[in-house]
Amino acid sequence: MGNRDYDLFGPDAKRAVESGLTAAEWYHSDVPRKVMKELMARSDGPAMRDTVILYGAMIVLAGLGIALWPTWWSAPFWLAYGVLYGSASDSRWHECSHGTAFRTPWMNDAVYQIASFMIMRNSATWRWSHARHHSETYFVGRDPEIAIMRPTEMAKLIVNFFGILDVLKFIPNLVQNALTGPSAAERTFVPQAEWPKVQRVAQVHLAIYLATGALALAMGSILPLMVIGLPRLYGAWHHVMTGLLQHGGLADNVVDHRLNSRTVYMNPISRFIYWNMNYHVEHHMFPMVPYHALPRLHEIIKHDLPAPNRSIAEGFAEMWPAIKRQLAHQDYFLKRDLPATAKPYREDFQLYVPGMMPAPAAE
Amino acid sequence: MPWIDACATDDIDAEDLIRFDHGGATYAIYHGVDGKFYATAGKCTHEDVHLCDGLVMDFMVECPKHNGQFDYRTGEAKRLPACVNLRTFPVKVEADRVWIEV
Repeated sequence: MGNRDYDLFGPDAKRAVESGLTAAEWYHSDVPRKVMKELMARSDGPAMRDTVILYGAMIVLAGLGIALWPTWWSAPFWLAYGVLYGSASDSRWHECSHGTAFRTPWMNDAVYQIASFMIMRNSATWRWSHARHHSETYFVGRDPEIAIMRPTEMAKLIVNFFGILDVLKFIPNLVQNALTGPSAAERTFVPQAEWPKVQRVAQVHLAIYLATGALALAMGSILPLMVIGLPRLYGAWHHVMTGLLQHGGLADNVVDHRLNSRTVYMNPISRFIYWNMNYHVEHHMFPMVPYHALPRLHEIIKHDLPAPNRSIAEGFAEMWPAIKRQLAHQDYFLKRDLPATAKPYREDFQLYVPGMMPAPAAE
Repeated sequence: MPWIDACATDDIDAEDLIRFDHGGATYAIYHGVDGKFYATAGKCTHEDVHLCDGLVMDFMVECPKHNGQFDYRTGEAKRLPACVNLRTFPVKVEADRVWIEV
């Protein structure tokens, strides 16, 4: 395939459609229907518990940060608050966009709207973006949520651990959305009936940021921005760290999530912040299984999956060299061994797509 | 329109569905929480995803891919990203068999 064009209007996008890649059926591990129904069953309990803990902790930490401001004693509280604001909001946005976190729809919607604001995503746009990400995961030119493009610009990757590029992209997009609705690229995946909603959401978000900025000016202090806005920068590192592991160094343009997604065992705090999305192969294969049931799903299908990485550090140790190698060899990807109990990878489609190279010899 | 013998009544658990293919088309047959049987088109109107792998809750069926939801009694789309209603088909039960008119 060689050089990739990630433009949603580019030749790779066109090729993915014409080749039939976008219409191909994804591989799924076998799970008996009765078991899958139990796994997909919804409840409010786990997400209510986690939401009370999350928002309660945010209130306490921000309160302590404000009380100790402007001394350096406030720094640890801001750092902790920032991770909950700028990283946990990513997983809450994600799970509630699937509508699986809570059984009660209004609870999903309420947490989704709050999380969308904190993570600086338009709630009306990104619902559709993420639907495309699940339909066409890492299809070049089709998936608007590819975090690591090839060849990777390493400096940008590192800078974005502090959310800088995300926010620099978000601000003009927010203003444009507020003034004229979705951009041309956004209109490729957001249905026209939703365009006014995109604009309304942007106007509400913009109004909150303007009010926060005005309060900061009136107070002559950045304190209001430490509570609203800036945590998206100083607390972003955790969601970037876990997000890169989701698909980094793995295959693109395939229809088997075992080839393009990564499951990583993580510590309990990271799993709370990330809401169990470390079970990422499982999540992509069965997106309607709620976050709290993913560990059970993992136990049921792990015989059919590559061995998970045993820690975040091990995940990076596997991924980072692969990303570096893709700088020179864009078609390179990590192909993990499957256990003897697994069905073979479904990689026939790679050979079928015109212009694509056969799967390279991989480690 | 012809009536087609789709399945036995006990082929579908209560509050569940099965896939039924006939004449090149695919359908979803439901055993509702009210004990009645219903039939709709077999794929989500948002994308070509079979509903038979989705979850049935009360009178709603959700697409297993993106959680578009439909009232399977009327076919009405109830949750984004599904915007277009699902086609429904008449159903009758005779001698413990479920028939749909297609």
